[in-house]
Amino acid sequence: MPTFDPANIFMWAYKFLGWWLTSLGLAPEFVLFVQLFAAIGMLATVVLLIPIFTIWLERKIAGRFQDRLGPNRTGPYGLLQSFADVLKLLTKEDITPHKADKWIFNLSPLFGVLSIITVWAVIPWASTMVGADINVGVLYLLGISGLGTIAIMMGGWSSNNKFALLGAFRAVAQLVAYEVPMIITLLIPVMLSGSMSLQSIVKAQGQMWFIVLAPFAGVLFFITSIAEIGRAPFDLLEAESEIATGYNIEYTGMKFGVWMLQEFSHAFAVGPLFATFFLGGWQGPYATEIPVLGIVYFMLKSFFGYFMIIWVRSTLPRIRIDHLMSLNWKFFVPVSLLALIVTALVDKAMSEFAPGTGVAGRAIVLFTANVLLVISVIIGIRNAAHAVRVKEEGDDHAEHGDAADSHDDHSAHPAPAH
Amino acid sequence: MQTDWLFIGIFLAIGLVFPAVPIVLAYFISPHKSNPLKNDTYECGIETVGEAWVQFKAQYYIFALVFVVFDVESVFLFPWAVAYKAMPFFMVFEGILFILLLVGALVYIWRKGVLEWA
Amino acid sequence: MSITLPQIIFLVVAIGTLFTGVMVVVARNLVHAALWLILSFFGVAVVFAMLEAGFIAVVQVTLYIGAIAILIIFAMMLTRKVMNDTEPQTNSQWVLSLVVAAAAFIGLAGLLNATAWSPLQAVSLEGSVAQLGRALVEPNQYVLPFEVASVLLIIALIGAVAIASEKN
Repeated sequence: MPTFDPANIFMWAYKFLGWWLTSLGLAPEFVLFVQLFAAIGMLATVVLLIPIFTIWLERKIAGRFQDRLGPNRTGPYGLLQSFADVLKLLTKEDITPHKADKWIFNLSPLFGVLSIITVWAVIPWASTMVGADINVGVLYLLGISGLGTIAIMMGGWSSNNKFALLGAFRAVAQLVAYEVPMIITLLIPVMLSGSMSLQSIVKAQGQMWFIVLAPFAGVLFFITSIAEIGRAPFDLLEAESEIATGYNIEYTGMKFGVWMLQEFSHAFAVGPLFATFFLGGWQGPYATEIPVLGIVYFMLKSFFGYFMIIWVRSTLPRIRIDHLMSLNWKFFVPVSLLALIVTALVDKAMSEFAPGTGVAGRAIVLFTANVLLVISVIIGIRNAAHAVRVKEEGDDHAEHGDAADSHDDHSAHPAPAH
Repeated sequence: MQTDWLFIGIFLAIGLVFPAVPIVLAYFISPHKSNPLKNDTYECGIETVGEAWVQFKAQYYIFALVFVVFDVESVFLFPWAVAYKAMPFFMVFEGILFILLLVGALVYIWRKGVLEWA
Repeated sequence: MSITLPQIIFLVVAIGTLFTGVMVVVARNLVHAALWLILSFFGVAVVFAMLEAGFIAVVQVTLYIGAIAILIIFAMMLTRKVMNDTEPQTNSQWVLSLVVAAAAFIGLAGLLNATAWSPLQAVSLEGSVAQLGRALVEPNQYVLPFEVASVLLIIALIGAVAIASEKN
């Protein structure tokens, strides 16, 4: 019988279940199946129930940002509001548009939520608690988000509605575009920790969180993740203040509820991912001796990330679709590649030419490199904007013709030869 | 390792079933009074005109193509990043050469105006 | 020889993948065919995972399902106004093609059966991705194909330029 270990209670329960079933004389493979089913069932339930809490949290915090109270009538502090919403959605009629492709129409929301839930299969909750510690965890996350884009495409297409199709195209274009800088910034924690498994990445942050070693990459990952979940300022996908709400326009009742569940679960998944890759996951004082404490640290960091998302959402206005795409391809992709190159060069140069530097020294050097990178990027943007402005003023002057000649005398003097 | 992938496989199966539960529940609880007007496609309150296809821009396809190229690039870079810690300097430089070639191509297509949403 | 659980799972996955492959060709609606294709990609990924090639399995899902399938669907919706194939499913030469396909299958099956496969060396799978990464940039291994692959990707981007200028 496995010894009772209160500091590691979930793993103890897992092993206890296995021991109890084996003592009943069942085949070892069957025991493994039952153990996995129990673990997955519990994990999936927790993951699907957390959005109910975070929806309430989001409405309260967003309300406070807008100087109002948020829901406070249903239950104390409005805690039962999410339950009321779920009950309402359950009782709404399920309208399927005629000529819609029935199978795909019904399966798309399920695939959408599937792509979000399975993200939690690889996220480490504590030093001994991780669902599946596969050695390709980071790439697995990317593959799963690809599945999510297919689900949105199918949802939009199967609705037999022009607006839904157009909304789905735009949504897929945005998601797919912002995946590129997200993947590239994720290469940096993989580089710094030497492994793609999320548990190894968290364990490698035992002495210094990666947000200190690669702050620019962290911020970029955060911003592109916000674009991936379709949140403000990138929420053209849902466009809440406009009538045609995009790909889920024809979904009613609980299927719409499932799409909303997908959106909120995705929003909450960014916090834990950011915490895992850059904020040290479950690392904290005594996290390795008392694994349950790791869960507490992890949840604190993820909710901090979620709070940042709500903060950004309440503050910034929406970006237009063409600005969105040019921001991605002309700014985020080159800049994230630049950050990757700089981090790779600086870290390797340090370990080749100064192998003795400790953790603090390495952190200082990398942080300084990141700061210099940010400064040079800002200077680059300023010069580019200045060039565009000068060109536009030149065009204006060309339009105004003779009246501009007197002005040109000031600016047209060639610089003296240096 | 096999247990991990089995975990993911069962997770995928359960992840497909769990969200189906509220939908099935809603099927039993909600009313079923369909009429042709309700089942009509939504077009901001007007009658629909034409089939549901869109003459959409080639720009979508180009963005997807550029995405495929950069996706393949990053998949190549993942093993390089995993082996990064034990690599001598010139091997890191080979990887950076790979990246720079593609940055050059990105600048080229930028200058050619392919990335305009237009 | 008793059948083990991995063998059962493999049989189910293999038959599923073959079925989805057949449905890709048989389906009348083009978008349905694309979805069956996605399912067959997924079946192949599962086979890779069962072979303990986790990296390749995930690359299969990321690249094929997440990028190429989306490209295919976009291309379909850009070029075709009519999504349904109303022509007959078979043409007049179906008997001859059936004979050729059956002959190819019997030939291959016989060949695979007759070969004396030597048992594979059991290799340690620790750090296999790191080994792959190292091999990609090792001067006397695969560094040249690695850099040539980047040139190949540049060619694809130039192709995008060609498409864009054509549309203009």
